[in-house]
Amino acid sequence: MKYIRTGVAALVASTCLAGSAFAQSSISDSSVCLITKDATNPFFVKMAEGAFQKAAELGVALYSYAGKFDGDHETQVAAIETCIAQGVDGILLVASDTKAITSSVQQARDAGLAVIALDTPLDPLDAADMTFATDNFQAGVLIGEWAAKTMGDTSDARIGLLNINISQPTVGVLRNQGFLTGFGVEIGDPSKWGDETDSRISGQELSNGNAEGGREGMENLLAIDPEINVVYTINEPAAAGAYEALRSVGRENDVLIVSVDGGCPGIEDVASGVIGATAQQYPLDMASLGVEAIAEYAASGELPAATEGKDFFDTGVGLVTDAPVDGLDQLSVEQGRELCWG
Amino acid sequence: MSQTVLSARGLTKRYGRVTAMDNCDFDLRPGEILAVIGDNGAGKSTLIKALSGAIRPDQGEIRLEGKVVSFGSPIHAREHGIETVYQTLAMSPALSIADNMFMGRELRKPGLMGQVFRQLDKKRMRQIAREKLSALGLMTIQNINQTVETLSGGQRQGVAVARAAAFGSNVVILDEPTAALGVKESRRVLELIQNVRSRGIPIVLISHNMPHVFEIADRIHVHRLGCRLCVVNPKDVSMSDAVALMTGAMKPADVPIAS
Amino acid sequence: MPKALDQENLGQSEEESVADFSGFNDSFGTRVAHFLHNNPATVPLIVLIASMVIFGILNGSRFFSPFALTLILQQVSIIGIIAAAQSLVILTAGIDLSVGAIMVLSSVIMGKFTFDLGLPPEISALCGLLCGTLIGTVNGMLVAFVKLPPFIVTLGMWQIALAANFLYSGSEVIRSQDIAQQAAFLQFFGGTIRIGGAAITYGVIFMLGLVAVLSYVLSQTAWGRHVYAIGDDPEAAELSGVNVKFTRVSVYALAGLICAFAGWVLIGRLGSVSPQAGQLSNIESITAVVIGGISLFGGRGSLAGSLFGALIVGVFTLGLRLLGADVQWTYLLIGILIISAVTVDQYIRKSV
Repeated sequence: MKYIRTGVAALVASTCLAGSAFAQSSISDSSVCLITKDATNPFFVKMAEGAFQKAAELGVALYSYAGKFDGDHETQVAAIETCIAQGVDGILLVASDTKAITSSVQQARDAGLAVIALDTPLDPLDAADMTFATDNFQAGVLIGEWAAKTMGDTSDARIGLLNINISQPTVGVLRNQGFLTGFGVEIGDPSKWGDETDSRISGQELSNGNAEGGREGMENLLAIDPEINVVYTINEPAAAGAYEALRSVGRENDVLIVSVDGGCPGIEDVASGVIGATAQQYPLDMASLGVEAIAEYAASGELPAATEGKDFFDTGVGLVTDAPVDGLDQLSVEQGRELCWG
Repeated sequence: MSQTVLSARGLTKRYGRVTAMDNCDFDLRPGEILAVIGDNGAGKSTLIKALSGAIRPDQGEIRLEGKVVSFGSPIHAREHGIETVYQTLAMSPALSIADNMFMGRELRKPGLMGQVFRQLDKKRMRQIAREKLSALGLMTIQNINQTVETLSGGQRQGVAVARAAAFGSNVVILDEPTAALGVKESRRVLELIQNVRSRGIPIVLISHNMPHVFEIADRIHVHRLGCRLCVVNPKDVSMSDAVALMTGAMKPADVPIAS
Repeated sequence: MPKALDQENLGQSEEESVADFSGFNDSFGTRVAHFLHNNPATVPLIVLIASMVIFGILNGSRFFSPFALTLILQQVSIIGIIAAAQSLVILTAGIDLSVGAIMVLSSVIMGKFTFDLGLPPEISALCGLLCGTLIGTVNGMLVAFVKLPPFIVTLGMWQIALAANFLYSGSEVIRSQDIAQQAAFLQFFGGTIRIGGAAITYGVIFMLGLVAVLSYVLSQTAWGRHVYAIGDDPEAAELSGVNVKFTRVSVYALAGLICAFAGWVLIGRLGSVSPQAGQLSNIESITAVVIGGISLFGGRGSLAGSLFGALIVGVFTLGLRLLGADVQWTYLLIGILIISAVTVDQYIRKSV
């Protein structure tokens, strides 16, 4: 029953922000479920906010569920079962366990629901009807290229990588491998991190995607190699934590930190020089496009096609930096601020 | 000077429809060992709980040295100089003998350290504990810092009795002190009880062990059906008479009653 | 009465048959167990020193540098403080699952009161500390007066405090730079004293000071002895005249206050106020306490032990990372340490 509590928490949080989502939900007959990894990460909070806004606009009923924490697979399964029982038209799913969830997803699809994976592709990708996501590899490539161009000569680079967590989720692998590719490091098996042999890599640490883990991971990297000068971080909270660790040893000004996400505090960190560049993604778009797609599906039975040349619907990524380099499409901090998500 | 140290008149305690204590009287005289005997379920422990403050009787009054008292808790009774050694001994096994003897009435250091920093005067507590144990002939306990769990059952009983005797200025109540002990250790505890009496402290002894009762008690309070049936002198009655009184096979009229 | 014996001639009392209670058995095993019982921090201290020596040999000067050694202190400062709070509760045979949630909620209150309500940071910090104390007091009242099991009370409080944290903060981070500009006081514990490569934060100093003060309180004051007595046998403590209810409430309240301080130290360490932080603090603090030789059954152990426990985890984590070992090895070894520590505890309990 825990998912109800977090579901309610998400609803309360989201409705406070999104206003009268329920008041308008009875106009149309179609209904959508949104299931996120957790109800506490601002990324998902904003995603739900975007979904509620769009649902209110379209007059679609929206039910929001979330795992109790990132990785809470059981709650997500229960949420899918509830959605099937509710008889919604479709599910927007940010899966915690991309492999294990597929059997539940299949049940939903067998029951006639459209399932769109948001942000995190399922494994296999075609287990969902469609995937709306950031091209995380591309996001990594962008910050990798920016870092390489900013350094100029990369032969003296000493790279520290602050990854997400031990289970090497796809998103984390794609960003990591994208960053290394963009930076000009030859990667090994693209489906995992840590098998590169390039001597410029000083070490890889885990950050759990938060400031606490970011700081501890950076401290450990500095203990391994005090001369690190390029740091990749899985997201901006981890980057902020890494910066604190660097500041505590007085090295905050001679290390390049790059990150992915584009949350509003992250953009402020770009503005104040904590982060050199970040690849911004657009969760509000993912959610609102998803709600739209399901409403459309309920009306016509059609789902949008994948982006050309990719096997998923790319919701786009923008490189935000205060120190632009030649030869890359970049957004200024001001542009990033307008598009940031929380 | 009152004739009794501790007395009770008309104590009654009901638990729902069960009357555990029914208009019960009690008298303890100065310097005596008063044994309380009675069959299981006769209500001995209810009487003792009322005297030691663990329960509050519904009716009746308790007098300590002639003055009416009413105890809200065992701690309250203790403040009036009534110390109880429970069958469970109420000791903390992982703490030292000295810690246990002063539990709940620790001594603080004089001056700044004691008043501001609340520091305990461990040295003085240890010294007093050692003196109290020595006074009762218990110093084979090697080390006052030893934890209670390292002591034998008899030694623990000894420490508990010493604790009660050290602080019980008026009355010491002992609940089944020899029940869990072997022959040799029981003997030591009985000597200890007599030792405490010789220091002028009256003792209430609850026991099932008739030989022990008859060996050391000055008077025997026979408890039956929630009240005092009679008080007898162990010199005047036999053990089997006492048991017959407890079980109702004999009437108080059949035996010589103590003065 | 002859003054029979002093501690010095212990063991030679057999001739003196003033009272010959038999039964004290001092075999070697018993003596070891007895020693460990009286000095519960010995085993974790030995493990700490041994692990430092081993990782020092394996890693060389990278490990035995002032930088790395003080880094360990910084990394364990939060858990060390939380473990001190957890130790107090576990000594009374309780457990506090809400420690991490209290910490995070308190830090969020310190931040939000400053930035949203516009209070001076000093007042906000005070409000955060009060909040922690209040939650701890509620825990204590439910345990002491309503007589609910501590596990259940704090399991519930964990959820309540965490949800309140997320609802109130909207999961939003307050950035380090903003705090540094407008409310540097909140980052007080992040201040650092540097001597050569060594870096000691005020947070580390607070942790060490806290352990010292609490150790004194536990061993030298009546309240401290009562904490142990309650953990040992609450009924016996009650009958001996200990105010069990008051002591219980005060233990949980103090634990809440310490957790709130940990929240303040957390702001110093992260720079920012992060509602996502500290999610594993309850488990990590219990780990430190158990490795530190404090019995989960209450009444045994010392606060220094749990500090050593936290340091052991820190040494293992950094030592293994410097060796380049997979992170899973850290978890595996800490798992072994936990089980070994409880085994030692059982041995001590059984053989004395």
